[in-house]
Amino acid sequence: MALDNESLDQLIKGVRRFVKERLVPLEAQVAETDEVPSEIIREMGEMGLFGMSVPEQYGGLGLNAEEEMAIAFEMGQTSPAFRSKIGTNVGIGSQGIVLDGTEEQKEKYLPKIASGEIIASFALTEPDAGSDAGAQKTTAIRDGDSYILNGTKRFITNAPEAGLFTVFARTDPQSKGTKGVSAFLVESGVPGLSLGKNDVKMGQRGAHTCDVIFDDCRVPASALLGGVEGQGFKTAMKTLDRGRLHIAAVCTGIAERLIRDSLAYAMERKQFGRPIAEFQLIQDMLAQSRTEAYAARCMVMETAKKRDAGENVSTEASCCKLFCTEMVGRVADRAVQIYGGAGYVAEYGIERFYRDVRLFRLYEGTSEIQKLVIARNMIRGAS
Amino acid sequence: MKILVPLKRVCDPDNANKVKVSGDGKAVTSEGLEWKPNPFDEYAVEAALRLNENAAKNEKLGEIVVCSIGVADVAQTIRQALAMGADRGILVTADDGALESTVVARALKALVEKEKPDLVLMGKQTVDGDSNAVGQMLAEMLGWPMATFVASISTSDGGKSLNVKREVDMGVVTLKVTTPAVVTVDLRIVSPEAVKNGATPDSHKYNEGPRYASLKGIMQAKKKKIDQLELPALGSDATPATTYPRFELPPARSGSCTFVESVDALVDKLKNQAKAF
Ligand SMILES: Cc1cc2nc3c(=O)[nH]c(=O)nc-3n(C[C@H](O)[C@H](O)[C@H](O)COP(=O)(O)OP(=O)(O)OC[C@H]3O[C@@H](n4cnc5c(N)ncnc54)[C@H](O)[C@@H]3O)c2cc1C
Repeated sequence: MALDNESLDQLIKGVRRFVKERLVPLEAQVAETDEVPSEIIREMGEMGLFGMSVPEQYGGLGLNAEEEMAIAFEMGQTSPAFRSKIGTNVGIGSQGIVLDGTEEQKEKYLPKIASGEIIASFALTEPDAGSDAGAQKTTAIRDGDSYILNGTKRFITNAPEAGLFTVFARTDPQSKGTKGVSAFLVESGVPGLSLGKNDVKMGQRGAHTCDVIFDDCRVPASALLGGVEGQGFKTAMKTLDRGRLHIAAVCTGIAERLIRDSLAYAMERKQFGRPIAEFQLIQDMLAQSRTEAYAARCMVMETAKKRDAGENVSTEASCCKLFCTEMVGRVADRAVQIYGGAGYVAEYGIERFYRDVRLFRLYEGTSEIQKLVIARNMIRGAS
Repeated sequence: MKILVPLKRVCDPDNANKVKVSGDGKAVTSEGLEWKPNPFDEYAVEAALRLNENAAKNEKLGEIVVCSIGVADVAQTIRQALAMGADRGILVTADDGALESTVVARALKALVEKEKPDLVLMGKQTVDGDSNAVGQMLAEMLGWPMATFVASISTSDGGKSLNVKREVDMGVVTLKVTTPAVVTVDLRIVSPEAVKNGATPDSHKYNEGPRYASLKGIMQAKKKKIDQLELPALGSDATPATTYPRFELPPARSGSCTFVESVDALVDKLKNQAKAF
């Protein structure tokens, strides 16, 4: 159910205040310690941020796309490591269950995902299956009332903290490509499931990824998502499709933050006797960034509205992910340039954002893959 | 216990520099400014919530009614308190210009007689008018015990009395007041261990500051009841005891910042130029 304007406005302001008062002051600390304090995670849970996209009947907020994006814009105004903590519960970790789970699976997991009591991860990527996600090598072989999983998943966000994994594996080992892949809900701690070392990443310190390894890992047959084999790849694609818009909104928020910071710096910093904001070459960068971030916001909101109206926005969501993730890269680059040497020095935090945003062009479908999706849909629509 | 929390909206104090005075100097204009709950009132809401819950069990123990006197839009401010966890609201509609401390205190008295709360918990003052008067007037009109500038509260005698601490210039004064009472709160009432109610374990530490409304709380606030009535309907005397003949903005600051080379130079400037000592 769509919220009235006042409630949505309050929702946005509530998150804005939380971001400003609680998260922004901790940015440097989180980058330094590679840890989001547990107290902050608890508070995010109390605010309900983990449950944004979980339907109300399962204890979530059941926000529609427009509302979720409005919040994602706000969560984008700080280090993306914070957003990453709720990111998988809101996106790829929960949506497979929301979209294709059985009633029993929904009742069992969604309330805990919504409250943040369990962290949900999404394990699709493998050492040899990245962009080509259909090349899954992990297998799940039926054995009586269970399945036995074998294989390795790579770069899995929040895996070190996860209580639940949506794991994609081949139930039909003879099959090739996207057919024969099924999805499983695997709880952490089951025998045969182990984690690799945390990956040392370029940025987004505080958010963790690692390998998830299955070695004769036995799970009950009831762990099969939706109770049907062979639907896994479809589930994965639908899930990613949903998350694209959210990533685009987060990137827009980060761009807006960087523009605000660069503008403030440019108005303060004096060279040749004047604030550098008075130089047209600096203005050029500010104006370009502002224009692109505005375009990003408009396209995200427009696509969200279309999705809420029930339209298929697969193409538009990919357009948003492609444009916004590339856009925030350009904005971050200009921010470094406007800050000059200070932009390169850790103390100002700008270089941190520059590194942090690089990720967005890679995961949940690289920019190249978004282009393939967009063009493929275009050609399909025209033929 | 049943707690009544009066709440006023004020211009966002972070934007106080944008407040303007109308051309004739008769009014403060607030166009384009955002409204926020008066911070001290928000602390009172937080203190009321802490008094009326078992935080360890996430249990509510009593009713919290928030009320405000002002224009119809003030309902939004009331709803912010409802989103934090208060139970229902009362909005007494009145023109902002017609309100001053006495009128407000009389209206609150009428509301107290209607609602019969065990405690009126309110901010020590608003950050716009800074009058710091309504709580005191209300206690006097009701003939109730009063404690002002309260920095901590703990209940005793099963909630029938309150031990409160007030921070004053020379130290801390501890008072015991029996309910029903009027208590006005200061900033420190929202420090982690300022409120003890005998239900929440004494070891519980709250986060500093008023709580964030949960997103669910915000969504549910719209469904909570706000009774609306007009000031005359309360039957309280609405004749102001004071009027504001004139407002002026503070003079523009002419201050500038200069850097000095050494501590000696600073001391010299402070002494001979600024005549600071
Ligand atoms: C920090 C982080 C978190 C992640 N979190 C998760 C997670 O939670 N769950 C999960 O399952 N995965 C996760 N991933 C994996 C991520 O989704 C993949 O890294 C991504 O899909 C790209 O796959 P790859 O790394 O194997 O690159 P590759 O697929 O090897 O791509 C290498 C390059 O080739 C390009 N390329 C590939 N195919 C084509 C083509 N057909 N046409 C043109 N160009 C092509 C790519 O665009 C890219 O530029 C995460 C990755 C990172 C770095």
